[in-house]
Amino acid sequence: MIREYKTIEEVAGPLMLVRRVEGVKYDELGEIVMPDGSVRRCRVLEVNGSDVLVQLFESSAGINLSQSKVRFTGHGVELAVSPDMLGRVFNGMGEAVDGGARLIPEKSLDINGTPINPSARYYPSEFIQTGISTIDGLNTLVRGQKLPIFSGSGLPHANLAAQIARQAKVLGSESNFAVVFAAVGITFEEADFFISDFRRTGAIGRTVLFINLASDPAIERISTPRMALTAAEYLAFDLNMHVLVIITDITNYAEALREVSAARREVPGRRGYPGYMYTDLASLYERAGRKMGSDGSITMIPILTMPEDDKTHPIPDLTGYITEGQIILSREMYRKGYLPPVDVLPSLSRLKDKGIGPGRTREDHSGVMNQLFSSYARGREAKELMVVLGESALTPIERLYAEFADRFEEQYINQGFYENRTIEETLDLGWKLLSILPRSEMKRIKPQFVEKYWPGD
Amino acid sequence: MSTQGTVYKVSGPLVIAEGMRTANMFDVVHVGPKGLIGEIIEMHGDRASVQVYEETAGIGRGDAVVSTDSPLSVELGPGLIGNIYDGIQRPLEKLREMAGSNLTKGISASALDRDRVWHFDATVSVGAPVSAGDIIGTVQESEVMLHRILIPPKSPKGKIRSITSGDFKVEDTVALVETDDGSVYPVRMMQKWPVRIARPYTEKLPPNEPMVTGQRNIDSLFPISSGGTACVPGPFGSGKTVVQHQLAKWSDVDLVVYIGCGERGNEMTDVLREFPEIKDPRTGKTLMERTVLIANTSDMPVAAREASIYTGITIAEYYRDMGYSVAVIADSTSRWAEALREMSGRLEEMPGEEGYPAYLTSRLAQFYERAGKVICIGSDRRTGSLSAIGAVSPPGGDISEPVSQATLRIVKVFWGLDSALAYRRHFPAINWLNSYSLYRDRLAGWFSQNVARDWMDQTQRCLKTLQAESALNEIVQLVGMDALSPSDRMTLEISRSLREDFLQQDALGDNDSYTPLDKQHDLLALIFSFEDKGRAAIARGADIEAISELPVREEIGRAKAVPYEEYRKVYAEIGAELDKELEALVPAGN
Repeated sequence: MIREYKTIEEVAGPLMLVRRVEGVKYDELGEIVMPDGSVRRCRVLEVNGSDVLVQLFESSAGINLSQSKVRFTGHGVELAVSPDMLGRVFNGMGEAVDGGARLIPEKSLDINGTPINPSARYYPSEFIQTGISTIDGLNTLVRGQKLPIFSGSGLPHANLAAQIARQAKVLGSESNFAVVFAAVGITFEEADFFISDFRRTGAIGRTVLFINLASDPAIERISTPRMALTAAEYLAFDLNMHVLVIITDITNYAEALREVSAARREVPGRRGYPGYMYTDLASLYERAGRKMGSDGSITMIPILTMPEDDKTHPIPDLTGYITEGQIILSREMYRKGYLPPVDVLPSLSRLKDKGIGPGRTREDHSGVMNQLFSSYARGREAKELMVVLGESALTPIERLYAEFADRFEEQYINQGFYENRTIEETLDLGWKLLSILPRSEMKRIKPQFVEKYWPGD
Repeated sequence: MSTQGTVYKVSGPLVIAEGMRTANMFDVVHVGPKGLIGEIIEMHGDRASVQVYEETAGIGRGDAVVSTDSPLSVELGPGLIGNIYDGIQRPLEKLREMAGSNLTKGISASALDRDRVWHFDATVSVGAPVSAGDIIGTVQESEVMLHRILIPPKSPKGKIRSITSGDFKVEDTVALVETDDGSVYPVRMMQKWPVRIARPYTEKLPPNEPMVTGQRNIDSLFPISSGGTACVPGPFGSGKTVVQHQLAKWSDVDLVVYIGCGERGNEMTDVLREFPEIKDPRTGKTLMERTVLIANTSDMPVAAREASIYTGITIAEYYRDMGYSVAVIADSTSRWAEALREMSGRLEEMPGEEGYPAYLTSRLAQFYERAGKVICIGSDRRTGSLSAIGAVSPPGGDISEPVSQATLRIVKVFWGLDSALAYRRHFPAINWLNSYSLYRDRLAGWFSQNVARDWMDQTQRCLKTLQAESALNEIVQLVGMDALSPSDRMTLEISRSLREDFLQQDALGDNDSYTPLDKQHDLLALIFSFEDKGRAAIARGADIEAISELPVREEIGRAKAVPYEEYRKVYAEIGAELDKELEALVPAGN
């Protein structure tokens, strides 16, 4: 029997203390019945004797200590899932808000999921062609990877994410593909950009959207990404689909986390973020992957805006320690008008090595990639020197490197949001640019590949 | 009778139980209807604070808490190698067979397979006197590992009363020992040991041998001794994990315990899938035959992460006690420290720096101090060694934070990874200007005896040249390359060659991933011969610009990837080519 308690003792920020309860479990979902009969949800954060501390998922406005009632449901926060979720729009708490037909749930899943047994994972190795040279050629994305986009305020990360969602495909396979999109505290316009892009390309029919806008309760943001990932896990591991999860913006999520932590008066870590933020973020990001017993996969592209473009800020920093690389956007490239403005040198894909090479992309991929990276780095250094000392201070070879760096930015990085390059085009462009340099500089490429692919003079 | 109490408070991984007065500190307890595993970490009168190694959702007031009356222990015996365990030694592959691909709560399986039969060969005979630590027999645990069965530590002295070779399960008695006072105790292949207590040894020895890793940067410039301690701090993306994997792959030790502590799941999968494919250059067998994996990834329960490094090092100590050299590689100790911080916060302890508990430094020191080269217990005075290497993940790459600083105070080798090098794809991105090894001098004798007499001079010269480069680069930044003398230009050319042709090492390269010591030495000698001959040519009027563009430099650049079998021949050819090309640059008559 479910009991109702009228013993709310304290409400402060997102937290509420309920006294004299019985049989309430840690992490249980609770429902608050307001004086007007409406229901709000909460979750048990701490059981302390007969008191429980709960965290609200919605605003506390209107809660009345003497009249509001709380009941506990006996289970955690759950999401009802069904194959019909595709094409639907949900709010941050997983309720359909598009006015469509009521979903008939196939089952309900705990939104926290359970950790994947590391021995049951498959190592991600299937190359995803995004059609973007800076990603395919240099920071290759593979199925089951978590590759965040580190952006800054005012940079076109949304366009890049939409481009990936639009163009991504695995070569030589036409398998069922789905997108799960979680908007976490972003503005209506940003959310609308994604929705209309999905609609325009027809992708909306295989997309599940979870929308928590900037105007929605901040506390709800803690569960929004978990709702989205639960839906993604269902699609990937129960229905064997290849799911691309886009979460934007993780920074808003982390701020909601900080809000709860501050309300609980926990000892803060760096910049007031809770000490367990690494673990908490990992419980989101680590849900990406491929695992035994299922053909599906979850590939995750979380987007976060770095406060003050600072990569060492705790949010990007902890994210970078968990995710398998990062695509960093550069304000400098954006100002130059190069789109997508990827900052190539600090960007990285950790899983690229197993996703490229013969049978996956092309035999020369790894060598070309390393050569482009080191040549571009050297070219950038030469250009910096040139700024200080003038062009005449450079040796002839350094001058070539400087020229290479310019051409590389103009042609390789700057492809625009609507050009879709195949991996062959990307690699050939790489060779064309490298041929600005003397052939003897190709130290990173195996001689037989230089022999085979070096563009004719 | 074991103590049974009830849950009073639940806050994340911390559970406070009432009615626990008779329980012991650090006892393992089972919590709730699913019997989640936890450990008592504080006692306050009737109440015990328990850190629970599994997700506590669903636990509420009044749930049972039952003590097992024994501390958190690991099972030691044949069957550890090739296995993958979580932080409290649950066999992950077994759990997968039992419960599918996700980790469900309350599930458990014994760490060592109870039904597997091993062939035991007795090495002592009836009547032989034995004491704690003595080897009484062996089991071929994997193709390369001969597992020695020891009289457990703290066992009384006695004589073997019976012992049989044959096929046994780990819990079977393989021998009976009669003590001097006439009592008899059985010896089994499996023993248990509490993870938080270091296993005893007779005597610690000073380090005098390197642990050869095949990594040029490490062996030549910043070597670690067998039984030494090292740390690898670096921001994300600087290649910490690759360095750790390389060490796990190529170190010349008998056993590697790799602890994935709060890191990515896919990284552990990578090790698990890749190691059975890679051949150990020393034994010709796969690396999995000498590897034990502990995986407590970042999404797995945080308290078990705290336990994982102790679980790992206890297993390592057990093999050390057999007289083997063992390396423990922990990735990453920062995540372990964060787990400590989280528990400390929940216990409402007064925080030290950045919220870390005040005992962070002492706990870290305790961990690293379990490393060392030792004379093992046992009457044959065999030596074993345990080297410990920990990755540190400093927030923002700034090593002024507490975990890095506490680690640096303890360890003797510092391989500082640098994001600027990583951006240039200079891997391994070990910064040669701020890294150090305090073992360099102690190991000098070994290197000059076993590799080459001029090993120390040559590696010192390498460090000096790189140092000179950084000073020269500052000048170039100010006044340009033209202002440098030909001699300084030569220094820059050589240091570039050192960086690109010697220090950069491709972890995926076929012949580059592992470089034996003699090839390391000869490669360095080849690069320095270019310098010596180049300088001589400059003195005779050759143009530095022309020297820097010699075609032979491309061959020097590829010299590191020459297969070991033919490198001596190829290096000699490059040397001859170098002489020829330089000679052509010297103006006639000089």
